[in-house]
Amino acid sequence: MTASKTDLPQGTLDLLILKVVALGPVHGYAIAQRLEQVSRGVVQVPEGSLYPALHRLENRGLLTADWKETETGREAKFYRLTAKGRKRLETEAASWQRLIDAIALILGMASGGAR
Amino acid sequence: MNWWQRLWRRKKMEEQLEKELRFHLEQHINELVARGDTPDLAQRNARLALGGPEQVKEMCRDARGTRWMEDLLQDTRYALRTFRQKPGFTLVALLILSLGIGATTVMFAVINSVLLRPLSYPEPDRLVTLRGFTEQFGEFWGFSNLDFGDAKRESQTLALAAWTYAGGTVSEPGEPQYVNGRQISAELFSTLDISPVQGRAFRRDEDQPGAQAVAIISHGLWQRDFGGDASAIGRSLVYEGKPYTVVGIAPAGFQLDGDADVFTPLQQRQNTDPRMQNRSARFLRVMARLRPGFGLAEGRTELALIARHLADEYPKSNAGLSMTAYPLQKELVGDVGSTLWLLLCAVGLVLLIACVNIASLLLARAVSRERELAMRVALGAGRSRLARQCLTESAMLGLGGGVLGVVLAFASVHPFVAFWPGSLPRAEEVHLDWRVLVFAVGASLLSGLLFGLAPALRVPVRSAEQTLRAGARSIAGRSRRLHSAFVISEIALALVLLASAGMLGQTLLALTSLDPGFNVHDVMAARLALSPARLGNPEQIRAAWQDVLDRARRVPGVDSVALVDIIPMREGENSLPYWTTATPPPPNQQPVALASSVTPDYLKVMGIPLRQGRFFNDHDGIGSEPVVVIDDNLARRAFGTKNAVGKRIWIPAMGGAGPVLVVGVVGHVRHWGLAGDDQSRVRDQMYYPLAQVPAPLLHFFSSIMSIAARTTIPPTNAVEPLRRELRGAAGDQVLYEVHTMEQLVSASLARQRFLLLLFGVFAGLALLLACIGIYGVLAYFTGQRVPEIGVRMTLGANPLDVMRLVLGESLVMIFIGVGVGLLAALAAGRILNRLVEGMRPADASTFAITIPVLVIAALFASFVPARRASRVDPVTALRQQ
Repeated sequence: MTASKTDLPQGTLDLLILKVVALGPVHGYAIAQRLEQVSRGVVQVPEGSLYPALHRLENRGLLTADWKETETGREAKFYRLTAKGRKRLETEAASWQRLIDAIALILGMASGGAR
Repeated sequence: MNWWQRLWRRKKMEEQLEKELRFHLEQHINELVARGDTPDLAQRNARLALGGPEQVKEMCRDARGTRWMEDLLQDTRYALRTFRQKPGFTLVALLILSLGIGATTVMFAVINSVLLRPLSYPEPDRLVTLRGFTEQFGEFWGFSNLDFGDAKRESQTLALAAWTYAGGTVSEPGEPQYVNGRQISAELFSTLDISPVQGRAFRRDEDQPGAQAVAIISHGLWQRDFGGDASAIGRSLVYEGKPYTVVGIAPAGFQLDGDADVFTPLQQRQNTDPRMQNRSARFLRVMARLRPGFGLAEGRTELALIARHLADEYPKSNAGLSMTAYPLQKELVGDVGSTLWLLLCAVGLVLLIACVNIASLLLARAVSRERELAMRVALGAGRSRLARQCLTESAMLGLGGGVLGVVLAFASVHPFVAFWPGSLPRAEEVHLDWRVLVFAVGASLLSGLLFGLAPALRVPVRSAEQTLRAGARSIAGRSRRLHSAFVISEIALALVLLASAGMLGQTLLALTSLDPGFNVHDVMAARLALSPARLGNPEQIRAAWQDVLDRARRVPGVDSVALVDIIPMREGENSLPYWTTATPPPPNQQPVALASSVTPDYLKVMGIPLRQGRFFNDHDGIGSEPVVVIDDNLARRAFGTKNAVGKRIWIPAMGGAGPVLVVGVVGHVRHWGLAGDDQSRVRDQMYYPLAQVPAPLLHFFSSIMSIAARTTIPPTNAVEPLRRELRGAAGDQVLYEVHTMEQLVSASLARQRFLLLLFGVFAGLALLLACIGIYGVLAYFTGQRVPEIGVRMTLGANPLDVMRLVLGESLVMIFIGVGVGLLAALAAGRILNRLVEGMRPADASTFAITIPVLVIAALFASFVPARRASRVDPVTALRQQ
């Protein structure tokens, strides 16, 4: 664990999980792996809060899960997105995009306005 | 899966959670090993990355959404186990609580039924009662028949109805018996919006003088004398020697002001009572229902207007008379409200002390369980979770106490009502309903919260690690302060109750030692109804009364006998204005005196001292000069210190136009009761001879006279011989409302005595609870300090020093408690002073008695732990470390 890794902003873990699960049925460990790989190691996924988040999302009906065999023959809990989860992912992702655009705009303006 | 299924499959879900986390760990380890780590290192790193497995599981369970339910079940089981482990503590706590909650629930049940629940008539909030007011008399309930008639005709906002008291003898069917009756206006039933269970209400043409004699009888009389048979309608009832046709049966439990068995039309009273045409004779009670669309304020405005019209039109009788209306419920309930709230406050205080007591016991246990709690925090329990568990435990204790309390209340509410001094209004309606149950549950949960809060708040005090390391001896300063605060508040609350009981006791003592103004011993008094057959003409009535006197005198054991219309300290009064100059002062400045008509032996029977002049004799009759005897209050007010005998006063209400001669002055009698007399509005008294009552009023007087007898044997023994002797030729002259004067005097203090008894019991309970609390807290304190005491003793302290140390500590708490309690008790004294008549203000002597009692009891409770501390063996104590 190096100090250069960035902590996740509050409330984004759910969104990231939904995004990863949207790509196809996946188990908890794979979610953690993929998040770290995709973010090129920048994002540190706190594994301790990954499972509570998964259970919370399942409890809210955004995810559903069943037990299946992995390619190595082990039984694991695979999460899938529900219709409700897909919709939530779309709206959340859109609102994140808006927020990012707005912040980028403000930061860009600030550097231009200083002159 | 809904939450219920999730709850149901809890075990399966736990297994799956375990499996899922295990899978994660194994995958992680495999990967790390594949990258070249040693298996040991891989395992370590994988575990570090995931975090504590139990903490992660807790968080996952939290995310499930059924946590509260699972926790509740778990906490409940845990609490039950704790209770089983400490049966003694649980039993004592439940006992204390059930007593507190039971007593509070009983008080609330009575308040609920008497004060809060609406009357059992349709739209009870639209029913009002009317009151009159003059400067002279203050507020009163009486209305004259003529005023009632005018107000009824003129009012647009109120539908008025009236009734008045009229008892009499029912001689057929059944044994002759005296019954209470009411004469009611025809509109009464329709105004209340009720109808007779059989037959009908009175018609308007029956509510006229000289109309056919008809009666409505009570449900009780119908059952007793007519066997509850529907054929009673139309049958005859001989009442006051006159046949009445029964036209209706009143609903069971129907009541106006007290019980009544026979109802007759009001205006038929004009046949026998000339006062019905006298605007100054105010003896009707008037009630009304607000007509649709009008409120109480409008009704009052209109009544004020009507009263002003009447005052303009009839200034002689109505000048200065105003009228107003109040909700009927308030009127029926009278002044018991203040007594009830007072008692609820007192039991509330006891309950509060009980809660504080249990809180301190629970806290002591929580402190000794600190290590256990810290261990559980270390094992993954959240702090809020532990606090919740503490609260679950106390809430269960509270509810358990509540259930037992309700059972207790259920068993004791009726005995309590029966125990009430005099008659509690609406007593027959008192029972436990859902509101009472809600109250009891609320009180139990609130108590549970109250005593559970302190231990629950303690949970997150310090870091778990520190606690675990500190060992058993650690005792936080915070808990000591909290414990001291508990003891202080218990002492303060107990002092409030003790001082209140002390004040009531002193008041009762002072009131009992007051001179009632007459000799209360060996006197009996009873109302007497003359045989209706002897009420023919005035001469017959006078002869009948003389006959009663002669017969009563012959009864063995009877020393002297008199007739009187108003017996001291019993219900009933007749207040008349008087003045001492030929020209009357304006009505609102006329003084008022209580007037009794008596026969000559009255002074001797009652033992009232004669101050000046003479009392009446047989020569004071209808033909001789009208005379009165006044009491020393009236003599002082009217004539100052000068000799009053031979002076004249004007009393227009007594019939004659001219003044009457004062022939004597007698001592003042505390007519309004030992407690109430000093504050009463009418303090002057006068007596006039029954023999001089004008002939037209004699028939009415016959219905209100009582007989009083001084006896040489115990007065209760003379009652039966008197009853037999006075029964009369037709056997229908009945003695009723028989009392000895001692009973009446004692009954006049019944409210104070009742309050004293209950406050005394509550104060005793509070004292006991406070002592248990002090004992518990000190025993706990000294138990915690055993090693310290051991050190002190090794360094040379002797047992006496140790005792002084412990007692000193308890004395500080006691004195702070007394100081706080003193202030609260002074405030409570003010409230009592306002609510209880004859109450003496709190003075130094009250506290001079109660504070030492409290301090001594509290010191006694601290003595046992102090002694135990002084006997600590230094060697064993030091070894404990």
